[in-house]
Amino acid sequence: MIINLSSPHIHGGDSVRMTIISVILALLPAAVVSVYLFGWLAFLLITLCMVACVATEFIALRMMGRPATPVGDGSAALTGLLLALTLPAYIPWWMALLGSIIAIVLGKQLYGGIGYNLFNPALAARVILLISFPLNMTTWIIPMHVAAPMIDLYNFSDCINLFLFGPEAIGRTLDAITMASPLGHIKTEWSQGIGVTEALRNYDYSYLDAFLGREAGSIGETSALALLIGGIYLLARHTISWHIPFTYLTTVLVLAAIFNMVDPAHYAPPLFHLLAGGLILCAFFMATDPVSSPVTSTGRIVFGIGCGILTWSIRTYGGYPEGAMFAVILMNCAVPLIDHYCRPRVYGR
Amino acid sequence: MLHTLLRSTGERPGIFSGGIEPEMSKITAHAPISTSLIAPIYILPIKQHIGEACTPIVSIGEHVFRGQKIAKSQGYVSVPVHAPTSGKVVKIEEHAIPHPSGMGLPSIFIEPDGNDTRDESLEPISDYRERDPAELRERVRLCGIAGLGGAVFPTFIKLLKDQRNPIETVVLNGIECEPYLTNDHRLMLEMPKAIITGLDIIMHMVGAKRAIIAIEDNKADAAEAIRHELDRMPEMEHVEVRLLPTRYPQGSEKQLVQVLTGKEIPARKLPMHIGVLCQNVGTTRAIFDAVMRGRPLTERIVTVSGDAVPRPGNMLTRIGTPMRFIFAQHGLEHFQEVHLLHGGPMMGERLKSPDVPVVKSTNGLLAMHSKTMMDAHKVEQPCIRCGHCGVACPVNLVPNLLADQCRNEQFEKAATYNLFDCIECGACSYVCPSNIPLVHYFRYGKGQLSQITRAKGFANASKERSEAREARIEREKAERAAKRSKVRTEHMPKPVDENPTDVKSSAEKDDVSTDAKGDES
Repeated sequence: MIINLSSPHIHGGDSVRMTIISVILALLPAAVVSVYLFGWLAFLLITLCMVACVATEFIALRMMGRPATPVGDGSAALTGLLLALTLPAYIPWWMALLGSIIAIVLGKQLYGGIGYNLFNPALAARVILLISFPLNMTTWIIPMHVAAPMIDLYNFSDCINLFLFGPEAIGRTLDAITMASPLGHIKTEWSQGIGVTEALRNYDYSYLDAFLGREAGSIGETSALALLIGGIYLLARHTISWHIPFTYLTTVLVLAAIFNMVDPAHYAPPLFHLLAGGLILCAFFMATDPVSSPVTSTGRIVFGIGCGILTWSIRTYGGYPEGAMFAVILMNCAVPLIDHYCRPRVYGR
Repeated sequence: MLHTLLRSTGERPGIFSGGIEPEMSKITAHAPISTSLIAPIYILPIKQHIGEACTPIVSIGEHVFRGQKIAKSQGYVSVPVHAPTSGKVVKIEEHAIPHPSGMGLPSIFIEPDGNDTRDESLEPISDYRERDPAELRERVRLCGIAGLGGAVFPTFIKLLKDQRNPIETVVLNGIECEPYLTNDHRLMLEMPKAIITGLDIIMHMVGAKRAIIAIEDNKADAAEAIRHELDRMPEMEHVEVRLLPTRYPQGSEKQLVQVLTGKEIPARKLPMHIGVLCQNVGTTRAIFDAVMRGRPLTERIVTVSGDAVPRPGNMLTRIGTPMRFIFAQHGLEHFQEVHLLHGGPMMGERLKSPDVPVVKSTNGLLAMHSKTMMDAHKVEQPCIRCGHCGVACPVNLVPNLLADQCRNEQFEKAATYNLFDCIECGACSYVCPSNIPLVHYFRYGKGQLSQITRAKGFANASKERSEAREARIEREKAERAAKRSKVRTEHMPKPVDENPTDVKSSAEKDDVSTDAKGDES
């Protein structure tokens, strides 16, 4: 209890915990879809990451001799959920565990805990995992309901064997049960001299599938629909403001549209960019992470535009097929600068 | 969404940026104004306004009448204090005033004689339209009127007919955007005629052609009462009643002027610089009493409310009444586990004890159970930079960055982030999910910054003094050296020694002696 003699003496009732719970609620549709598409694998991954993050936070706070009360605010659980949703359905369990520890220790507690981290912890951990284990992090299990599956993801024993002991334990090769993501596919094809239009045709790409989520990718990133439901809930609840998602997505769309008009064979169409990869997840849940994004409206607009330009550029010209998380991480670095220069005009000045 | 869009377009009447919509809890809105009983003792602090303290002009044992001046003002920014009833001055000594620190001020104690006899020395001025504004202004000053909205700035200062800054519009502030408070509401509802006449007096004094009475839409009945009264006064057709959507802090002068005119008051300027004069409705009634009835300010309407008060209400209260006596009339006698607030919950002050008097700034007396107060179960948590504070800020500051700077003692940086433009409305603290007492940090920062500025001014002044002294010593030294060399050249046609170091060393010797002299003086 603080003895506060200073006004105001009443409070609106908003709390950090309610804010975090609302984000977890907003991610539920995406989590449900991930379990629908990737079965027990997604369930195991989400559970492991969330439990590992909460446990790591508890241990880290204890080791630093701090009270463990911040564990109760749910931010570690949210980090675990976000991290899991950005991972491929199959990665070795210890990689997911390592990612969770990295997220909490390197991404959050080293900076001083909640409120002080420069980067979104889940995103930072995912980037570190991607750079450390590029092969595993870009190997996508064929989701259920896409084609005749080589593995029944709704079969618990198959899934847990795969998760704990690898594909050999269930008598399959990794190649047999995985496929390329749309973004990875067009990048590979382009390197072999095949244009985007052609590549999308031979991939059998469908906008509807991409919107609903029936495509290869990270477990929580595939369904634009589920993510949009959560995003709209957060906007309606005023947990996030419209500035970052709107400017981020619009920038990507506009850039893609202009370049697609100039050379449709080289540059992917705007709608493809919008629905592909982690863009929508990043726009609504990662870039809007309040701690690592600007506080002012103008700053958020600048931030969103920057994320958009970087995402499109990395996807188009970079070595990695997906650029959304790199874009957000890079823009996170610019936040103190943006905050300083994007302050609103003060009344009467 | 529409509101956000409109807000972001900047200058536009009807809108101020930011703001919040707190639970208004106006539980006393339908409670008619009652009149307080005569208290057993009245305690009148010698300073109840912004500015300089008064000097008592009565002696112990002296009999005074109601409305008699008992302390005279000193300096320009000051107004006198009057006896609230007839009786005997029993003592003059320090007593606690309504302030969170529990600090005291010299106060005059009056024991009523029960007759409540008035001092009738001030003539009523009913033909105010024929009078010189300066005469009316002196009357307002003599009657001790200060802004009754809570700021208690001496009112007569604002009522100046200034040729350089002519007042075009008088704004009557009946917004009362603080939760719980209903004293202005009831006043407008029950005494519309006094308010409109008071407004006419103000308009005559400053030569304004137009007036707006601004009322929030949760007081539609008050607006109706005033409109009804205006309809019966055809000569007041240039007065407009404007009903505004309820939003805190609309009653703040800067925000209200922006809402009504679309113009912002420039930083470090006053409303009069854009041709506007703002007056609270309570102050307007006090002006009416002073001019039309010749009565100094000895009473005001106080809202007594809060969930710990058994019979909340609005009460016409003499200034100087002990608060315990007021609460007792509303059924509250025990103060364990009860928080007392002087003013509204957004900007009011916490009181340590009910044993302080009602003063001119007392618009509300709230008694709340501990559980409804902000800090009952809340612990300050780290800022998660959600930015809600910036959205709520009516002057467009970035409160969370400012709070960081104040906490980290980067006060000069905070000043460049416009710390002093903060109006301390509390909207940021109200919305903060981390329960950070932002306004508290800003007050601390402002205090520290004022001290730094003062210290710097002092250092600069002493630096200037010491530089002036060094320059003088230097000059005197040069003069002496010149004189000496002149003497030498006169008496010794061929100087023995032309070595300048000798001259210098002798000058230095002189310097030491002047230094010593200088220090002594």
